Amino acid sequence: MSVRPAEFVSRGVNADALKADARRESLGLLGLCSPGLALVGIIIVLPIGWLFWLSLFDETGQLSGANYARFVEQASYIRTFLTTFEVAFIVTGLCVLIGYPLAYMLSQLPRRAASICLIFVVLPFWTSVLVRTYAWLVILQRKGLVNNWLIDLGLISQPLPLAHNFAGVIIGMTHILLPFLVLPLYASMKAIDADYLRAAMNLGAPPTATFWQVFFPLSLPGLAAGVVIVFILCLGFFVTPALMGGGKVIMWAMRMEQTTSLYSNWGAGSALGVVLLAVTLGLLGLFRRLLGTRAASVWGSQ
Amino acid sequence: MRKLSFISALAVIGLTAPVAPTQAAETITVASWGGTYQEAQAKAFFKPTADALGITIKEDTTNGLDDVRLQVTGNAVKWDITELGADECARGSKEGLFEKLDYNVIDKSGINPKLVHDDWVGISYTSVVLIYRTDVFGDKGPKTWADFWNVEKFPGRRALSSGQATETLSVAALAEGIPIDKVYPVDVDGALKSVDKIRGHIDAWWTSGAQAMQLVKDGEVDMASIWNGRAGTLKKEGAPVSFSFDQGVLTADCMVIPKGSKNKDIAMKALAMFVSPQLQANLPLYVDNGPVNERAFETGKIPPERIKDINSAPENAKKQVLQDAEFWRDNLVDATEKFDNLIQQ
Repeated sequence: MSVRPAEFVSRGVNADALKADARRESLGLLGLCSPGLALVGIIIVLPIGWLFWLSLFDETGQLSGANYARFVEQASYIRTFLTTFEVAFIVTGLCVLIGYPLAYMLSQLPRRAASICLIFVVLPFWTSVLVRTYAWLVILQRKGLVNNWLIDLGLISQPLPLAHNFAGVIIGMTHILLPFLVLPLYASMKAIDADYLRAAMNLGAPPTATFWQVFFPLSLPGLAAGVVIVFILCLGFFVTPALMGGGKVIMWAMRMEQTTSLYSNWGAGSALGVVLLAVTLGLLGLFRRLLGTRAASVWGSQ
Repeated sequence: MRKLSFISALAVIGLTAPVAPTQAAETITVASWGGTYQEAQAKAFFKPTADALGITIKEDTTNGLDDVRLQVTGNAVKWDITELGADECARGSKEGLFEKLDYNVIDKSGINPKLVHDDWVGISYTSVVLIYRTDVFGDKGPKTWADFWNVEKFPGRRALSSGQATETLSVAALAEGIPIDKVYPVDVDGALKSVDKIRGHIDAWWTSGAQAMQLVKDGEVDMASIWNGRAGTLKKEGAPVSFSFDQGVLTADCMVIPKGSKNKDIAMKALAMFVSPQLQANLPLYVDNGPVNERAFETGKIPPERIKDINSAPENAKKQVLQDAEFWRDNLVDATEKFDNLIQQ
């Protein structure tokens, strides 16, 4: 309050009344927001705070850093952690590679054709993840459809290792997460005013330049939204890696499940959650910085 | 006035209404693992017990010790009897989660003393066995766990259980050539070293019985550890597989009365029926899990040609290692975590 700007003071007689008004208004706004704030506090902040609190106690109930120390002491935790992010990065990358052209094509199709094609993108949503994962298992395993066809066609002599390993996890997860990238991307591409593209071409830009310099930057907010959703979902994935990984691709969520249900060690499980949350938030911050203001609308700020 | 007459009318109805039975037929709730196993238990144990005692037995399914702990510590016990793995019973007993059993009501004769405790009793057996595909090996497949570990002599794809570390550690000890009567107490570090030797050759670690079955059925692996019930189903379905009880690992399931059960006394009588030789003998008629009560084999209910396929038949039981629930009570968490750390490196 002591650093009140000089011109504000000099503005005159109304200053105090205005200030009181402003205070009343912000109090009013706070009052209006309070149910929402209370809800967020009760269902998000409190449980996460409790999670954090739990993670600070060891099995005997003593305050200790033992739950965090094990991440450094045990090679398997670091391995699991790296696997989780490796999978998340690869799956997100593949989703972008497949999803961007797909969304682009959808956005260029006539409305009718686009809505028919969109149904095919959305359709898998109505099938349970478990069922889709098992379907991939049937398709990809040693004596599955893909390997049988390839062997019958004489293209390979030994079956390809596609299931019960890293490749299987990547294929299964990419398929399941693709719609999460395509849908926001498609929405943002549809919102791009075609006049911008016409204007660019009118000014002599060839099609590739029009795409890269006009269309692509305008589609970035949608892409960023899709990438963030897919990446975050990847980090917490459980069913697909558990079934397709053959017990050899252990992700963070699987480790949490083991820790809480098998070892009944809630403190250690909470520590896993806290670390994942912290690293995820850190990465999101980094991501936001990298993409800059263009993608800022993903987080709702300007 | 009007109100009063209404109330008195109600009172008259109440007085003249036929006297309701002082108590409805008593109901207890029993929780087990669900699936075909529980269906078999319903036919073998629950229905005959309900009929004999004149009670109603409601069924529920459990995920294991965590569920019981939650109910007991949350003071919301909804089960009167629940099934658990023997190591879970031993752990829950240490935590004081169960009611004491009354062995004046429950006849323990015929049940292995290792499965008769103050507050829990065995109910059935599962075995971990070695299965191999005969379309790959003919009848010269791996017969012992040492064979399974011998990747030169028996090349092929392999699967072991990662969800049940205790079983895999027992198997790993057997693979080191330890005789079946010397496996317990398990030398956990030695067993882990044994796992370390094979883990690079494991193509899939399974966590559920269905998964183990599917891996073998689809030819995804050529040999695996598997529960005998699943192995038996595969054989019945005509899959080209072979397995035996040699060097199997017998794991018991048990039943308990969660602390705070509201129908403790009837639950005790029901449990006494479940473990009685007569009802125990029903179980292998519906499912491959063997009876926990040896005297079931003397009832004459089980056809002789069926007895040789039952894991807990005396002939088969002596070829196998019995998982020691009390050993795992004290070592399970630590050993499981070490095991997971090893295979997840």
